Formats: sequence, C-alpha cells, structure tokens
Amino acid sequence: MSKTVKLTPPLTDKDVEVLEIGDRVLVSGVIYTARDAAHKRLVDLLAAGKELPVDFKGQILYYVGPSPARPGRVIGAAGPTTSYRMDSYTPTMLQLGLKAMIGKGKRSPEVIAAMQQYKAVYLGATGGAGALISQCIKKAQVVAFPELGPEAVHRLEVENLPAIVINDCKGRDLYELGVKEYRRTADTNIEPTVCR
Amino acid sequence: MRQIETAAITRAVKEAAIAANYDLGKDLLAALQRGEQEEESPSGREIFRQLLENASIADTERVPLCQDCGLAVIFVELGQEVQIVGGDFEQAIQEGVRQGYGEGYLRKSLCHPLTRANTGDNTPAVIHTEIVPGDRLKITVVPKGGGSENMSRVFMLKPAEGRAGVIEKVVTAVKEAGPNPCPPIIVGVGIGGTFERAALLAKKALLREVGSPNPDPELAALEQEMLQQVNDLGIGPQGLGGRITAMAVHVLMQPSHIASLPVAVNIQCHASRHKEAVL
Repeated sequence: MSKTVKLTPPLTDKDVEVLEIGDRVLVSGVIYTARDAAHKRLVDLLAAGKELPVDFKGQILYYVGPSPARPGRVIGAAGPTTSYRMDSYTPTMLQLGLKAMIGKGKRSPEVIAAMQQYKAVYLGATGGAGALISQCIKKAQVVAFPELGPEAVHRLEVENLPAIVINDCKGRDLYELGVKEYRRTADTNIEPTVCR
Repeated sequence: MRQIETAAITRAVKEAAIAANYDLGKDLLAALQRGEQEEESPSGREIFRQLLENASIADTERVPLCQDCGLAVIFVELGQEVQIVGGDFEQAIQEGVRQGYGEGYLRKSLCHPLTRANTGDNTPAVIHTEIVPGDRLKITVVPKGGGSENMSRVFMLKPAEGRAGVIEKVVTAVKEAGPNPCPPIIVGVGIGGTFERAALLAKKALLREVGSPNPDPELAALEQEMLQQVNDLGIGPQGLGGRITAMAVHVLMQPSHIASLPVAVNIQCHASRHKEAVL
C-alpha cells in the first residue's frame, strides 16, 4: 500500500530505505537543480580534480530548467525535464552521496543499479505541470554556471513539492509495474497480464 | 495586390508566441476534462487533475504552462495576392519570436547543436511557408517541446508492410517513448510523400483540433485503430499505468514513390500548444 512521506534534505540511508515505488512524497527545504549541461560541467570538474560548487552529499537534485521569473516573482514555470539525458552522469553523482533525483521518464539499468548500490531514489514529478510546481518554490538562486542560463545550477527552497517514487533503492520500477496492470497487448519482452 | 507590413507580422508572431505558452486551447482543456472523467487508473486521474489545475494557474498567475516554452515552429500560409512590404519577411517572423520570448518571460531553449551555447533569444524559429490562393496571411505559432520531439521517429517501410506495418510503427514509437514525452500525448502521423515530407505531415497533423474527426473516412478509421492500440499499451498519464496514453492520433497522408512507404510519428506532449493569427 502506498504511503505519503515528507522529505527534507539532507537525507540519510534510512530516509531512503523506507521509500517504496508508488509512495507519494512531499519535498520541502533546499534542493538543487541541474540539467545535462550542468551535469557535464560537474563531472568535468571532478575529472580535473577540482572542487564542486555544491556538496551533493544527502541532497536532492531536481532536473529542471525554469522559465524566467517575472519581476517580483520567485521563478517562472518549473516542471521536470526528461531524466534519461542525465543517465550517463548519474552514477558519479550517486557516488558523491546524492540521495534523490526528481525528474520524469525512464532511467537506465545502470542508474537503477547505482541507486541500489548507493541507496538512492528517483522521484517523478508531473511533466508539463510547470505552472503548478512553480507555486511550491519559495526561493530561487543561481549558485553555479550562470552562463548556462536556464541550465544553470539553482538552489531552490521548496514547500511540499509533490512527486511519486518511480525507482526505490530495491531496484524496482513503477513505470514497469504500473503499466503492466493496464497493458492489454501481448508482449514478447514482458509477460502478458490479465485484463482488468 | 494586398499589402501587409512586416511590422504587423512581427506583432502577430509575438502575440501568438506568448498566447500559445500561457493559454491552453479549448480543445485540449476539453480533452483533459474528458480524461479526468474516463481514466480508470487513480494515479492517472490525479495527473489529469493536476494538468487542469496547471492550466488554470498558468492563466490566472501568468506563468507559462510548461518551462519548456519550445522551439517556435511557424507554419505560414501566404496568399499569392499578398505583397509583403517594409522589410524582410522571414526576419520579421524571427523578430516576432525574439520579442515574444523576451517580453513574455518565456524560456530560451535554442542552442548551437555541438557547443550547446544558447542563442539567447530562442531564434532561429523553424519556418514552413506555403503559397496559397487568396489575399490573406495565416501564421500559426507552434512552440514544440524538446522532450516529446526527442521521442519522434521517421520510418522508411517496405511497401509490402502496408497498413498493418504503418500501425505497428506508430505503436512501436509510442511504446518506446513510454513515460518520456509527458503522456497523455497527441500522436501526429505523416504517411507518404518523401522522407522529409512525411515528417512535416506528422507535425502538421498535430494542429488539428483535438477531438475532431479526420474528414477522410479512411484516415478516421485508421486513427481510431491506432488510438486503440496505443492506449492498449497501458502506459497511461505520465507513464504510471492507465487507459489514456494518447488523447488523439491525427494522420495526414499523401502519395509516395512506388518504391517507398515513409511513415513519420511526431509525438506531442499534453501541452499541445499552437496559436493562429490571420492578417
């Protein structure tokens, strides 16, 4: 039975272990943003033996490139971007102690395995609900790579940002299991299921 | 000849770009409301509810519907009795995009493909111009998001694969896309023409009002069959499992070479944004 869990980083192994696929989470506190361009910069810095602009240990990374804020507003629309573009960088980020990622769409088997190894979770926010999610963001500040524009790393203060556990640290995938329940076609890769 | 000033074109493009990004079309709203009623999966219904709330917040708070304000694809139907005066036609359109994305607080999402350096003003837009009879100029601004565009495909089938092969490719494209393109999606399908024409037909097919039947009965039946099979995949809203993976499949078709059967599948997320201006 799925449950609703409030999450506030920094997260520990224990915080992550209780989360199971299908659980609703409400994220509050400080989280960081990065898309693929920022990930590349971070991984390049590491490779060059340089210090990262953010300590990701216990943190939550939100894959988002917000639209510009109107004057007097905190941020523009801020929904998740598709996560697979970050996959090649993610095991490195998890090794640094990153505990959760918020995005949308499938992750690679390597990322799912790394989440098991390092005890981390992948959370899905509603793609295309950028206006709705923007209401949960109370503060936003660029903390690295401002030249990347919308792809810069932002520090966000959020309140009850809603997401759902897609991959837990036990290697399970909500996208596989959720779809199985409603699939009406036979499939050679996945066992056919009974129609509801 | 009827004269149209380039300044009027710039203004029309700017306004359409902003409107498209803030105001979801009535057809889409109706489709989302239907989805909220008809979806069997509880998490799917919740997604429809969130998307309706999102549209309402975008409208009242003036926040774009989605942070991905898209690459501006511009369809132009230029009446052959129109003379454009006051400057360069395509530059006038690009200027409209520049102003719309700047003044409308829209995200600039264009970059050099290799260095990834942002162009800074969301130009250049991709412009498709058709010369048509009459003395009007119709401009449709289609902000196309990257997530769903990335899941789009072109297949060059053998003619022997026929109708069944076309359906299979459409279903394959949607299946492989899974949760990535932000379902519930609209599927644009282009059949025939050449490699590039099939893709253009697929994109144009997205412009039809969601929920309206295809005027060609043969294609209307094909769309129904494709929609059924796509929705049998069970992907559902946001890929969490459900009955409504696609809200509609739209097909455009034209003759192809006797050796070819091109099929393009242009996937569109639920934020199917397009605004039209007629000058």
